[in-house]
Amino acid sequence: MNDQTKIDQDRAERTEKLQGMGCKRKRVEDVRFTQGKGSYVDDLKLPGMLFGDFVRSPHAHARIKSIDTSRAKALPGVVAVLTAADLKPLGLHYMPTLAGDVQAVLAEEKVLFQNQEVAFVIAEDRYIASDATELVDVEYEALPCIVDPFRSMDPDAPILREDIKDKMEGAHGPRKHPNHIFEWQIGDKEATDAVFANADVTIKEMLVDHRTHPSPLETCQSVASFDKVKGELTLWGTFQAPHVIRTVVSLISGLPEHKIHVIAPDIGGGFGNKVGAYAGYVCSVVGSIVLGVPVKWVEDRMENLSTTSFARDYHMTTELAATKDGKIQAMRVHVLADHGAFDACADPSKWPAGFMNICTGSYDIPTAHLAVDGVYTNKASGGVAYRCSFRVTEAVFAIERAVELLAQKLGMDAAELRIKNFIKPEQFPYQSALGWEYDSGDYHTAMKKAMDTIGYKELREEQGKKREAFKRGETRELMGIGISFFTEIVGAGPSKNCDILGIAMFDSAEIRIHPTGSVIARMGTKSQGQGHETTYAQIIATEIGIPADDIMIEEGNTDTAPYGLGTYGSRSTPVAGAATAVAARKIKAKAQMIAAHMLEVHEGDLEWDVDRFRVKGLPEKFKTMKEIAWAAYNAPPPNMEPGLEAVNYYEPPNMTYPFGAYFCVMDIDVDTGVAKTRRFYALDDCGTRINPMIIEGQVHGGLTEAFACAMGQEIRYDEHGNVMGASFMDFFLPTAVETPHWETDHTVTPSPHHPIGAKGVGESPHVGGVPCFSNAVNDAYAFLGAGHIQMPHDAWRLWQVGQKLGLHN
Amino acid sequence: MAKSHIELTINGKKVEALVEPRTLLIHFLREQQNLTGAHIGCDTGHCGACTVEMDDMSVKSCMTFAVQANGANITTIEGMANPDGTLSALQEGFRMMHGLQCGFCTPGMILRAHRLLRENPAPTEDEIRNGIAGNLCRCTGYVNIVKAIQYAAAKINGTPFQEAAE
Repeated sequence: MNDQTKIDQDRAERTEKLQGMGCKRKRVEDVRFTQGKGSYVDDLKLPGMLFGDFVRSPHAHARIKSIDTSRAKALPGVVAVLTAADLKPLGLHYMPTLAGDVQAVLAEEKVLFQNQEVAFVIAEDRYIASDATELVDVEYEALPCIVDPFRSMDPDAPILREDIKDKMEGAHGPRKHPNHIFEWQIGDKEATDAVFANADVTIKEMLVDHRTHPSPLETCQSVASFDKVKGELTLWGTFQAPHVIRTVVSLISGLPEHKIHVIAPDIGGGFGNKVGAYAGYVCSVVGSIVLGVPVKWVEDRMENLSTTSFARDYHMTTELAATKDGKIQAMRVHVLADHGAFDACADPSKWPAGFMNICTGSYDIPTAHLAVDGVYTNKASGGVAYRCSFRVTEAVFAIERAVELLAQKLGMDAAELRIKNFIKPEQFPYQSALGWEYDSGDYHTAMKKAMDTIGYKELREEQGKKREAFKRGETRELMGIGISFFTEIVGAGPSKNCDILGIAMFDSAEIRIHPTGSVIARMGTKSQGQGHETTYAQIIATEIGIPADDIMIEEGNTDTAPYGLGTYGSRSTPVAGAATAVAARKIKAKAQMIAAHMLEVHEGDLEWDVDRFRVKGLPEKFKTMKEIAWAAYNAPPPNMEPGLEAVNYYEPPNMTYPFGAYFCVMDIDVDTGVAKTRRFYALDDCGTRINPMIIEGQVHGGLTEAFACAMGQEIRYDEHGNVMGASFMDFFLPTAVETPHWETDHTVTPSPHHPIGAKGVGESPHVGGVPCFSNAVNDAYAFLGAGHIQMPHDAWRLWQVGQKLGLHN
Repeated sequence: MAKSHIELTINGKKVEALVEPRTLLIHFLREQQNLTGAHIGCDTGHCGACTVEMDDMSVKSCMTFAVQANGANITTIEGMANPDGTLSALQEGFRMMHGLQCGFCTPGMILRAHRLLRENPAPTEDEIRNGIAGNLCRCTGYVNIVKAIQYAAAKINGTPFQEAAE
């Protein structure tokens, strides 16, 4: 073995020992989770703790004539019953939403959606609390309700929000009708209309991204404990953004923020459901302040699906204009957005439709216009970004369905049309017509790799043969090939684009190296299953050369973690991941000065080598980070502050733009409508990859949620505003049996503005997956003249398509 | 409400308790016995997060009254580790194959897989997928859960485990 080989081998061994970026490090979290030792909110048991439960409205729209709590209060074990009358003097019967509206905590004069919170019963145990909800007598006068958002602004529509009926200037500008929330327009309308007026080819379709729900397996819950003597409130809860919750609680309760301790323990999945503030959180807090004992609130599944934040419900009239040979010239979209009874969107952007203006997708579309109207209906309020940045799933669905419809009209191959219109690698950074600067991308390479791997050409040939066979009556099976080439926009975000209640959307990391060279680091984000305790440690390990196993990551305690805006919109890696790298680099810079002092050389004479600083040209003269850590506390250079720690609050200069090429092969039985996914191939480019095992896991999970949304999951209402199927009996969550097998792949195009080049990945598979499934279904029926088939594509609906097309004779 | 006296074995330990007749087994385990590993995800028996083993059967403890467990032998996730405290083959399999993310479904999933492997020590992928169909996971998409169970089966059987190629 020669010297260089020895050096390389030594370096490789030291690198491997770090378990840093790029390795499939096994998760730290799993040791406790596999032993049932996770600590979730409902696991918490405090002395004297009481339980709260809600009395909910059976009506979608009704006036409350009276509420009589006397029978409930008389039940042994019941301690208190709160109604709006109790909250009103405290100014807590309404709370602000993240979208600039207010939302009822407990209904005052009217209820506006089924299962709305009317009273909060507090009792000694959860069984008694539940019993007592049945004993609260509420007299209602039913009112006509609005379920169809297209009727919301009818001249004779009943006015839903009497509390703001005279306030015709909303949080986002003038309102056109008392049931109107906002109108938002972006792009060049005149230029867009002109292109459409003169275009060779246009398509126009109403694309509905239907109402659904993130439904993490753990519902929303909280435990509030108010110490009357100290005047301090401790609030445990299922919070994706614990610091924001602390600020909100302070603002609405008047308690000083430093006397509020918010703790988000282990969280059983979030997917956007746990970003917002809910009535249950507020009522547990009020209950504890009033009674001076801890109060727990735990949602049941029906409450979760029918009250705490739906997602989507976007009705998108989508148009493309193109030349005869398939060059897209313009895009025009109008969205009618059903926000339910209160505009409680968990939207951190400055615009009421979030990042919907990413709807020009992966294509170089020079001219575009987008208009969104938000309206109130008698449905649960929301919505949330279900495993995506705000409205990105909707935007990607619109463009990816639209290009398929255009390809169909042009008689062009859908992949070829996409490639023809892709933004070219040399165009990055790319300015989109609707205002975004795409940081980086190489779409052509990704698409080619995906098409080669899936065998695209052969699949189209097979499909052609199957279609002929179907026409000849030799098969009853339809074959669909779904494509989606998505560009996401994640990592909210730069303060010019985003804020929450006026707080800029930075995120943070604080890293502290102990004298013995082990580390504790805290971030302003909060994992709900993404594996932050594992991956942040990998970033630090690579940056400062201390093994990941010697680094503890802590999140979710607002007393100890630096202020951050939380985890959603795939922002942890783009924002807090960047903060982590920057904080680590501050430590490294100080460590270099200490090492120079120890080695009696100039700082500039040192170079970094995996886990140590060594003297250039003298590799045997070095100090490891562990030795430097000791020296930082023991003998720092003269005039240098002892210790070795750093904090960084990172405001991203831009969003990141992950992308991917997805292909789905589906076989559908026309007689039963049963669709089987034969193959699903997902190529993701999320820039630098921190832990490939975790990335793959995120992709699997996101695809499964996309499969659910596209193929069956829906929150539906009947004409009276009754929510249909708000339980796992009816709400489609795929089991291991229906879930397809996922094939994953990747390319790597690092983000040029991110310290480690990472872009975020957790939501890409959901965003890219939904249109891919829908395109596969639509592609299967396209040659039969089916037109656009709306989601969700469950067997019942697909059977109806077959029926409509006369295929069942 | 009048309480019933029950005697049962939980994770090898004899337990006596007074419970209301309507107390669900999941609440009894979590709140009276402080065994918080099993979780409640749906309250309707669909999600399986509350799965425990009762007399050699997988049961959904949110659909079982505590009084029904009188005289029974119960195993929960807290009783799944090896006697020396190390992770059992299934627990290890879930960690090695990244068969979990948020961890909420994991205790129920492991208990279900435990019973599956007792009844079918070398299941095919299809048999595993059907065998865990009563347990929902929102995070993993099941691919790695299947691998985790295959890993455990191989380890228990002393056969080589080969991760299936993508």
